[in-house]
Amino acid sequence: MSSKAFQRTYTRLEAITKATVTLRAQGVSNDELATVSGRLAQVVKIKGDLITLQVFAGTEGIPTNAEVIFHGEPPTLQVSDQLSGRFFNAYGAPIDGGPEVEGERRQIGGPSVNPYKRKQPSQLIPTGIAGIDLNNTLVSGQKIPFFADPDQPYNQVMAQVALRADVDKIILGGMGLSNDDYLYFRHEFESAGALNKIISFVNTTEQPPVERLLIPDMALTAAEYFAVDRNEKVLVLLTDMTLYADALSIVSNRMDQIPSKDSMPGSLYSDLAKIYEKAVQLPSGGSITIIAVTTLNDGDITHAIPDNTGYITEGQLYLRADTDTGKVIIDPFRSLSRLKQLVQGKQTREDHSQVMNASVRLYADAQNAKTKLENGFDLSDYDRRCLEYAKDYATEILSIDVNIGLTEMLDTAWRLFAKYFSQAETGIKQAMIDKYWPAS
Amino acid sequence: MKTTGIVTGIISNLVTVRFDGDVAQNEICHIDLGGTKMMAEVIKVSGKNAFVQVYESTRGLRQGDKVEFDGHMLEVQLGPGLLSSSYDGLQNNLATMEDVFLKRGEYTAPLDHDKIWHFTPIAKPGDTVYAADWLGEVKEGWLPHKIMVPFSFNGEYKVKSIKPEGDYRIDDTMAVLTDPQGEEHKVTMVQRWPVKVAVGGYVEKPRPFRIMETGVRCMDTLNPIAEGGTGFIPGPFGCGKTVLQHAIAKQGDAEVIVMAACGERANEVVEIFAEFPELIDPHTGRHLMERTTIICNTSNMPVAAREASVYTAMTICEYYRAMGLKVLLLADSTSRWAQALREMSNRMEELPGADAFPVDLSAIISNFYSRAGIVRLRNGKTGAVTFIGTVSPAGGNLKEPVTESTKKAARCFYSLAQARADKKRYPAVDPIDSYSKYLEYPEVVEYLKERVGKDWVDKVNRAKNLIRRGKEIAEQINILGDDGVPINYHEQFWKSELIDFVILQQDAFDPIDSLCPMDRQEYMLSLVLKVCDVPFTFDDYEQCAAKYKEIINILRQMNYSEFKSEQFNNYLERLNTLLSNEQ
Repeated sequence: MSSKAFQRTYTRLEAITKATVTLRAQGVSNDELATVSGRLAQVVKIKGDLITLQVFAGTEGIPTNAEVIFHGEPPTLQVSDQLSGRFFNAYGAPIDGGPEVEGERRQIGGPSVNPYKRKQPSQLIPTGIAGIDLNNTLVSGQKIPFFADPDQPYNQVMAQVALRADVDKIILGGMGLSNDDYLYFRHEFESAGALNKIISFVNTTEQPPVERLLIPDMALTAAEYFAVDRNEKVLVLLTDMTLYADALSIVSNRMDQIPSKDSMPGSLYSDLAKIYEKAVQLPSGGSITIIAVTTLNDGDITHAIPDNTGYITEGQLYLRADTDTGKVIIDPFRSLSRLKQLVQGKQTREDHSQVMNASVRLYADAQNAKTKLENGFDLSDYDRRCLEYAKDYATEILSIDVNIGLTEMLDTAWRLFAKYFSQAETGIKQAMIDKYWPAS
Repeated sequence: MKTTGIVTGIISNLVTVRFDGDVAQNEICHIDLGGTKMMAEVIKVSGKNAFVQVYESTRGLRQGDKVEFDGHMLEVQLGPGLLSSSYDGLQNNLATMEDVFLKRGEYTAPLDHDKIWHFTPIAKPGDTVYAADWLGEVKEGWLPHKIMVPFSFNGEYKVKSIKPEGDYRIDDTMAVLTDPQGEEHKVTMVQRWPVKVAVGGYVEKPRPFRIMETGVRCMDTLNPIAEGGTGFIPGPFGCGKTVLQHAIAKQGDAEVIVMAACGERANEVVEIFAEFPELIDPHTGRHLMERTTIICNTSNMPVAAREASVYTAMTICEYYRAMGLKVLLLADSTSRWAQALREMSNRMEELPGADAFPVDLSAIISNFYSRAGIVRLRNGKTGAVTFIGTVSPAGGNLKEPVTESTKKAARCFYSLAQARADKKRYPAVDPIDSYSKYLEYPEVVEYLKERVGKDWVDKVNRAKNLIRRGKEIAEQINILGDDGVPINYHEQFWKSELIDFVILQQDAFDPIDSLCPMDRQEYMLSLVLKVCDVPFTFDDYEQCAAKYKEIINILRQMNYSEFKSEQFNNYLERLNTLLSNEQ
């Protein structure tokens, strides 16, 4: 796990809290790793010769005479093509029974890309899910979270997106995954026959929460290896970032830091940005795209975690259970991909943005009609047609179980327009209508 | 002999240094980490301990590592070549860095020391000069870049000699000045200035009296910002803050634009890097990049440098203002700057104010905003720094410390409303909550009467009233139902919709609609108000809605057409026909 050259051993702790231990030591460097009674820990504070270590696995049972060994360097990951197809824990050690990975050791949480050297994201990432591809198109180098309530099938949707996306590598960073979800991901990846392009770093709920803090950096260090060294298109899945932020607040609380909004540390924005901003389109052609999950508390997006996330990420995707059709859909109103205009109509068919806007607007009219209906007002003929359209639109486009190509999505939308509306009611540019309106 | 010290404590990027000798508050020091020199700034001194914030990651730093104090505060280099450059928060040139990744301790020169500039003298030997007086000028692109007596010079100087017209490098001595004691001082094209100190050298700072036009109707028409004025744009994420800021940057009537991307998304800066070199400045016809400097400290770059970035940007603005230029500073977002202050205050274990922000947040913000302004120079010319900052309120709630503190400091308030963004009514600036204090300045009102039209301010106020009335009525219709209110209520509601759709809403992505010059704004508002005066008679509310929708559609098509073009006039004719049938 680490070099033995600089090891220094101490056996006297001055203080122990639930997550940290403090001891007197010399020549210790910031962020350095150490082992405390066999558990991994990291230097988080130096005050004179008093060193505070954050013990990832918690301090239960650690005695004041615990043996502390300093490793002389921050956490690292060994990177090479051997990472492919493997499952690791938060420390980068294999958990699939396979051998240790051989390769170059790299410090995790490395420096950021010079913004001037970045390229503008411009590659479409098709997922087959029309609610994403048509309305909220993903672009390589983008970072976007699912904002979902805990009862929604966000992990399933994310697994689907990952397996369908046209990328070279998929890297899963699982934080506080339930064991069932971990096994689900494993099973999905294996049965898709795509295991050789998937790398997983997993911390389950059975493991200590503070360990989670290492997961995103581990996953992104692996991602940078494939994107920078190998010029590959890498998709990183991070679930669940809310549990990551919770772990941050535990540590800052133990270190007596003054909490800001919602008991989160004052540095939450920077902490999250450091992770999400690793998403990049590199000049050499490689890219890192991040799809994350941020679970919400009863849909509350004003909570510090989703709120800070929203300011960092390039849009967000919402799942919603559609009661009219019984399907889980990608909510077309609140979801947003900020980078979609970089590919829509450029890498996709020219009618893309017009069709998207018209179909969502008509769906909004259906929602108005529904409100009217619920309030006991009379419906017009247009309202009734909108409601019928909304059902088809939810089933054939928005539902997450849709899996079709972009051209088919556009053609489906045109078919629905023609079925329920006049040309003028769609409000689409005449030139597009002349070209794409289905012949009756 | 420089003061030195050693590292004794580290918490994230706050480092404690035990020093010998003397240090000053805000003095810069360099920490030696195995040969890599990392820049840091003193933010507190206690006994023999200095608390310094490090502008880099402190990973690997040890107690006992050596520190050397520089003897000055954080400075920027000011000279020709600032325009079209892209810097980080500490004025390192991002373009000349070799690696794709930012390397710790890699500091690059802000200015090109080998570039040749063509110099023309302005001052003559024997002239008496003061700090910020113009000695000569070089052409930076099309811009007359003045070489000035350094801002740090104090009192009266005599010009002993000055270089004749010719080609020089920035480090060449351009003039020699003699102080009253007879001592000689060499002046080059470059000077240094500490970013946290406001640049002086002007005679007075009058109240703003002119408008800075942006081509954005909801600003220029309804709540104009003054040249040398201050404004801020708060809004939840997804409301179009960045799009609005970019529109102002592209179209603002200023000779120099400085954009400070402070703790925001890197891809948004990449968009500027990709687009600006291609775009044309509507005022000069030159490339936009030629008048733009970008200070870019994105959210993943070190937090302390983020705090410095807004000061670096402001200092560059003040430098160009001293040349008698109109400068516009855009900072996105000042909330991230405030958060950087919070992180440091937290690590220093200061007693926190509201939401854990430092208690002096309000003072720091208003101090910063006060550096904007129009100034009268010693030679009678004026220069201005107009400042617009964005604020990202936590949870979209405007009752939070950064928004509240900024509201006290800034004179224009452009509130982005979630409700408008949800309805895709862009720019989502709320016409009722937003304000411009400059409309209360008699000198600004006078200027507008002169510049736009005698009854302009009355028209604007009338439009605002119509919007306000429309909103009240919309609420009543919501409660009472369409049938529950008289038809003339519907008519008033639709008048406000007319103003909303034709004046407030503007397509930032349409090449014609995105930029609406003042004469066109005047024309359109007058036209809309004329429509509001037409005495329609309607049988029922549906007829009223249908009529106004038709009018709105025609007027919007006019917005999309070249001003007074054939197409534009055709729509106008259609509108007039429609209206004349009513009279």
